[in-house]
Amino acid sequence: MLDHIKIVYHQGKQFIPDIKTAKVPGIFRGRPEISLAKVNESELVDLCPLNAIMPDPIRLDLGKCSFCGECARQFPEKIQFTTDYKISVNERESLIVKEGVNEPLKINPDKISRELRNLFRQSLKLRQVSAGGDNSCEWELNASNNVQFDMSRFGIEFVASPRHADGIVITGPITENMAAPLQICYDATPGPKIIILVGTDAISGGIFAGSPAIDRSFLDRYHIDLYVPGNPAHPLTIINGILDLIGRK
Amino acid sequence: MTLFLYYPSDMKYTSIINNQTIPIGQIPLVSYDEFYELNAGFITDSPEKHCVNYFGYPIGERIKLICCIADDLTHEINVSTCLVNPQDELTSLTSTLFCFEKFEREIHENFGIMFSGHPWLKPVRYSHNRKDLSKTIAGYPFYSIDSDELHEVGVGPIHAGVIEPGHFRFICNGEQILHLEIQLGYQHRGIEALFLNKSKLAERVAISESIAGDNVVGHTLAFSSVWESLCGFQTSKEMNFSRTVALELERIAVHTGDLSAACGDVAYQLGNAVFGRLRTPIVNFLQEWGGNRLAKGLIRPGKNQFPFTGELATRLLQVLDAYEPEFNEMNGELFRMPSALSRFERTGTVSEETARSVGTVGMIARSSGLSRDIRLSHPHALYGEINHEPVIKHHGDVYSRLQVRKEEVRQSVRYLRDLMTRVPECNTNTQPMGQTQPDSFTLSLVEGWRGEICHCAITGTRGELVMYKVKDPSFHNWLALALAVRNNEISDFPICNKSFNLSYCGHDL
Repeated sequence: MLDHIKIVYHQGKQFIPDIKTAKVPGIFRGRPEISLAKVNESELVDLCPLNAIMPDPIRLDLGKCSFCGECARQFPEKIQFTTDYKISVNERESLIVKEGVNEPLKINPDKISRELRNLFRQSLKLRQVSAGGDNSCEWELNASNNVQFDMSRFGIEFVASPRHADGIVITGPITENMAAPLQICYDATPGPKIIILVGTDAISGGIFAGSPAIDRSFLDRYHIDLYVPGNPAHPLTIINGILDLIGRK
Repeated sequence: MTLFLYYPSDMKYTSIINNQTIPIGQIPLVSYDEFYELNAGFITDSPEKHCVNYFGYPIGERIKLICCIADDLTHEINVSTCLVNPQDELTSLTSTLFCFEKFEREIHENFGIMFSGHPWLKPVRYSHNRKDLSKTIAGYPFYSIDSDELHEVGVGPIHAGVIEPGHFRFICNGEQILHLEIQLGYQHRGIEALFLNKSKLAERVAISESIAGDNVVGHTLAFSSVWESLCGFQTSKEMNFSRTVALELERIAVHTGDLSAACGDVAYQLGNAVFGRLRTPIVNFLQEWGGNRLAKGLIRPGKNQFPFTGELATRLLQVLDAYEPEFNEMNGELFRMPSALSRFERTGTVSEETARSVGTVGMIARSSGLSRDIRLSHPHALYGEINHEPVIKHHGDVYSRLQVRKEEVRQSVRYLRDLMTRVPECNTNTQPMGQTQPDSFTLSLVEGWRGEICHCAITGTRGELVMYKVKDPSFHNWLALALAVRNNEISDFPICNKSFNLSYCGHDL
């Protein structure tokens, strides 16, 4: 018992006090900023392994981006990744960063129902479904609830059954073999319910977009409440995104 | 490095070393009977030999089978091939040697080849390009039992925690597990086909990073090594240094996380919290170095994308100095706490005999007394200089697997401290990669934190990829988990599963 107290004493306070202003250490590739500098556009567009860069005007789709940073390395005068991790949005188009527009990405409050915020602001229970996820976003979702990021302090938790959940969090490009279990899980969740996509693979299919082994038809059928980009998404991106969605200040 | 070795014409196989490229024609083509005798003989005769990869690929109407048996004593890999018709019925190697079990099922699933004498020729992952598309994952033929005394328990594919999907079907007598069958395939994304369909190197690297997101360094390194070998590219000292550091950091991070999860599964909150938080500085260091907590983007073929500088070395030593005493303190407490030990000891036992017969690899093999470690037997990167000694335990239970993790973390920390005393000069000059050699075969083995990762590539007449084969260590080890839980209480399944921590996506590809 005394040893346990000693360990607790040595560990001290581990939680990040202010999750909204915490700084990420070292280099971090968060929200990119694209300058108006003139570069060889076709070379830049061709460079991206995930076809996330579009020409004329140059735009970078964070829903497709793997955040490998190759574009910023080859064209530093054009693209820079900032350490801004607050990049979760509730509209797919908001993930497209345009050249010359260097503003934070924002959740559009007009697109969030009053019911959602009233019901889930204080407590949001989520069921996670990995549908072809490579276990990196799953790692970061677990990390979101460790003693440092401590998401459960906001009443946001992962639950064991869809029956107990207010929504589902999908990771991975949704494989053909997981399409049916995902649908069953969603159907088993009582309404009103939300859908959150975490990670590039879930948002656009990522590198697996177009693979014959995936089936993304589930996403065509339902409204997506939150897009959390990243490869994998950083815990701070995940937590801040959900907090903004449910309107927790 | 390409070595052309001379073999007498009656040789039925060719021997290569790790990361060696040879002309595909150099591998002798033998009949299936000879192929069978040869590979069965390798495994039967010597415990140092194990199958690292066995797969088929189509050549016109026929299927070419390639079997790669690693010899841990000679540090060579014996490669043999044969050409068969998909309609042929072949004698199953599995009928006597279980280590071929999944490989033969995969070949059967992909090409329809029948293996007579295989005890359970069931689908492996319901891949999108399987031979028989009428079979779907919902109709998997589980073993069932007709009894009033026994009952079945189905778990998954979606599990209670935030983990990947897979289905576990138990046959139980009360609380006791008599049999477990593990059905996977839910994570199948078509990785191997994508390697061929995507033509840009950057795309292929992105695929290799997504094979298993908890083993990014291992798989990216295996792909990079294959590609560099195919292009005749010599890795520099700095590249080998960075890769060794990254691989050991990944090992520390995941092993620490696994200790946390094991504590969680026996309801030991303090251990769960402390190990969980100790993982953070390690993954954050990976981010400081390469901009990603799971090392995505860090390793690239032919490049030292993020050179390991003297400042990073100083920083890493600070991280390790803070990490190590706390890691040791927590372990000291965990491994002398009776309530935790009673859950770990003699739970989920895999005997040495079983571990060898099903062909386990990596830390699961080492927990059951087998000395299987690519860092020693087929060294890559800087491991030849490190004089690596594998951590080996003999009980094969949850306790052994956790002990291996604990000691491997300490060992990796020692290796890193030693490496930090000799950080090589940064050299940003990159040599051009060159073209992939035509009609070649390459094999790369990497000891990731789970165990040996094996990537094989075959090129065609213009140097284009005609086959890319990925084997995650989990491919061998899932069967060991199914056997480990027999006669255990079903309530001990979570702790058994966590002590293995096998990859679903690495298996399903």
